[in-house]
Parts: sequence; C-alpha cells; structure tokens
Amino acid sequence: MLVQGIKSRPTYRGIAIEPHAKRHIIALEGEGALALMEQKAELTPEILSRCEVLYVPHGSQGQDHELALAALGADIFWQAPTIPTLLFRLKGSLTNAKMGTRLYISGTEGFIGQAMQIALDLGMDFNSIPTEHRGSLARRVQCVHCKGITENVTSSPFQCSHCGLTLLVRDHYSRRLAAFQGVNIDAEEPGTAPDPEELFS
Amino acid sequence: VSINTEIPVRVAKITPVAEKIRRFRLERLDGQPMPYFSAGAHVVVSMHDGDILRRNPYSLMSAPYDSSAYEISVLAVENSRGGSAFMHRISEGDELRVSQPVNLFPADHRGRKHILIAGGIGITPFLAMMAQFSRDNVAFELHYAMRSRTHGAYWQDLLQQYGPQRVKTYFDAEGDRIPLNAILDNQPLGTHLYVCGPAGMIDGVLLAGLEAGWPRENLHSERFLAPPPGQPFKIWLEQSRLSITVGEHQSILEAIEAAGVDAPYMCRGGACGQCETTVLSCDGEIEHNDIYLSDEEKAERRKIMICVSRFKGQQLALQL
Repeated sequence: MLVQGIKSRPTYRGIAIEPHAKRHIIALEGEGALALMEQKAELTPEILSRCEVLYVPHGSQGQDHELALAALGADIFWQAPTIPTLLFRLKGSLTNAKMGTRLYISGTEGFIGQAMQIALDLGMDFNSIPTEHRGSLARRVQCVHCKGITENVTSSPFQCSHCGLTLLVRDHYSRRLAAFQGVNIDAEEPGTAPDPEELFS
Repeated sequence: VSINTEIPVRVAKITPVAEKIRRFRLERLDGQPMPYFSAGAHVVVSMHDGDILRRNPYSLMSAPYDSSAYEISVLAVENSRGGSAFMHRISEGDELRVSQPVNLFPADHRGRKHILIAGGIGITPFLAMMAQFSRDNVAFELHYAMRSRTHGAYWQDLLQQYGPQRVKTYFDAEGDRIPLNAILDNQPLGTHLYVCGPAGMIDGVLLAGLEAGWPRENLHSERFLAPPPGQPFKIWLEQSRLSITVGEHQSILEAIEAAGVDAPYMCRGGACGQCETTVLSCDGEIEHNDIYLSDEEKAERRKIMICVSRFKGQQLALQL
C-alpha cells in the first residue's frame, strides 16, 4: 500500500569517520552501537581521543552494547537512560561545538530523525551529517489531522494514539518534524479501512 | 532566452572609488522600480561598443531591498577583453541594458553565522550580503584582503558602518595575511563561509576549510572566468545551418550572438551551466575552460560550455 518513489523518504548512507574533523560527536541508539563497533579497525587512538560517544540502549536493553562501546576508549562515553535525555545532552554538546566538529547518527529512523532535528536547528546542513539505519523499521508518524505524533508505528493503517482516526502511513517524510505523515484512510465511510499490515517491524 | 527580459537603464551616477575602480548607479529608463534581488546576485551588462556587443557579468553591490537602482563596481583589468575598458570610458547619462538578476552565490540563511572572505574587487557581492545580514540581525564577519590602502575599495566605509569587530582589513603592501586557520578553528557549529576573489585565493581558502574539518556544504565560492583568448577557429551550427568563425578575443557564445543566433546563457563565466550545448561531432580537441562540467563529461566531448571553452582542430558541429 506504500506509494513508491516519494522523494522526501530519507536514505541512510552509512557512517564513515571524516579524517579531517577536529572532533567527532557520535549519537547512537540501540543496534546503532554496531555501526560504530564495525569500524573499530579505523578507530585509531588519535581519532578516539577526539570522540564523544552518546549512547542509549533503548530497544537493545540487555545486549551489553554499552560495555563494548565503553571499552573502545573514546575521550567521552556517556550512556543515557532514555532517548529524550540523550537528545538533551546532544543539544548541549552541539550548542557549544565549533566548526570542524562532525556529527554521526545511527539507530532507528525515529531516533536518527530527532537527533537530526536538533542539528538542523543549530544550522548544520543535512547532507553533512552521516547516518546509518540500524534496528527496527518502526516509524515515528505525525497524524496530519490532529498533529499528534505516535512513536514506534509498525503497521499501516494504524489508529492515531491522539485522535483515534485510522491512518495510512506514507513514505512522505518531514525533516522539520522528524516524522512520516499519517493520513486518514476511511474519511468518506468511517469503519471501512483495510486491515492493518505489519510493514515496519 | 535571456535577451527579451533585459532592462534598459541609464547611468545615473559614476563615482571613482579607488585606483582603477568605478562605481555605477543604474536607474531604469522607464522610471519603474528595479526587481528586488537576493544578496550575492549578479547582472549581465550589455554594452554597445561600436559594432561590438559586449556582455559582462557584475555582482550587484547595492542593498537587495533597495529597488530605486542597481549599483555595480568595475575594476579596470589589465589586458581587458574590452568590457571593463568600455565601462571606464562611459559617462553619466549613457544608456546600457542589464539582465534580470541571477544568483549563483546565495547566502545559506540556515547558518548561525557567516564568514565572508574577500580579495580585492571580490568585495562586491559581500556589500549586498552585509546589508542583508545587518538588516536581518544575523552574525557575520568580513575578512577583506587588498593590495594596498589606495587600491582597496570601500574598506573605510565598511569599517565605519559595521565596526572593527565585524570588519577586518588586510593590506598586502603592509605584509598583512588573513589568519585563515585561526578563523576556521574558532567558529560556532552552523557557520557558513563565503569566498570571492582571485582564483588562487579561492582554491586556498576552500582547501584550508576542508582540512580544518568543515563540511563542503558550508563552504561557498564565486568565481567568474573571463573567456580566455586563443587561435581563431571555425564551428558549424547544425540547426541554424551556419558556419561561423570564432575570433581570437571572442568566445563561441559571442561569435554566435554576433551572427544573430540566440543561445541561452546566464553567468557568461563558465560557472552556471545554462549555456551547455550538445556537441554533434568533434574532430579535434575541445579546450574546456569551465568549472561546471565534471572531468568525465569533459573527457566524453559530448557537451561544451560555449561561454568560455574553445576548440582546436578540423571540425566542431554544435546543436544550435
């Protein structure tokens, strides 16, 4: 039911460390830890001495990724209890950062989008921030009718957690809101929506 | 394409600014307001120099929100092809035509701060940008390098208007150098840098920026290339069924225009891509002088930017 070829649908090209950067801020969520761990060979002591790694286990609780990340020996390793606390810390780090600092983001799409939102608000260019999608395909969706945002949407259509309308999840994405758009699918005849399909698990 | 939208103007005022630099105030003949433009934009000025039609791009330096007139500054270049020499011969009251404004050097308004680096006459687009930043209350800094106090244009005015915190001047004659690395290393995240000046300066600043870890998205430059002279050569225009000769000091575009063929153009300096023309056949070497086509495209010899590129060989046929 997804409409193909929607241009705003983000693509994630993978994170590679920028060799000229003076400082690296690496925001990771859940399985996103693996995106950094798989580059261990390139992480020289000089690069690690310039790294600030921010991590929230979220959906990967109990997998001990934080132990592996801490063992890398980055200049700063900080573990957040929840996504909002990580985003608060990220905002502080970026606000005080200088040009020459590069940001890298990896995790689920909802996390990447929200971390990106903070960077964009500080005037960073979207194309200068490497991202890598890891973990679940669950989406952060805005209801275009009531404007409420529902996290971790795995099926389409789904019921808006705010106004209760049945929403079709589209590939249409807003960078400003860090959310895909959900549109009412049975507006003419309420109750006639097709059965939900598990598309994003 | 661009020709029908040209605006007839009168030279309302000419002001000598510095050695070899004149400022021109251009007002519309019909008394209507000029179109608003965005800071960083240029116009192509058309000059009737005897039988020759000359067209040169000049950055707009007046405030973008001032529609009463456009202002440009022209440096008399040594070994001029004729355009800047013509502009230094004309008088107040003379008539010219200017194109609609085109911006290939816009400010990125998402930036938290803007660093402007100018060399010599490269100051002109920044005059408009500073007016805009100042009005928008956006942080900016100008670093302006000049040969000497007498060669440099507008620096006293700028120091007075924006203050020494925001305007830094450097004079080659006094051994000053722009402390580029210190500037690059001490900017808040979200800063954008713009450089306009001689080619060597632009290359140096862009490279230093990348080496300081700046993303290329935050580094902006503008360079206009004057069409280089060379041996005369012949070309064949397939659609017009015309064979024409491109003279020593002419570009292909100028030769085509002189023959009465209307080809699209915007910057006339090898930067914008508007005059990209399909090469139908080529027996010889194309001298690609533009900075628009990629190296692969240049090697394929299937496209040519007719505003600056030349040809050496037997036969060049163009889709025109």
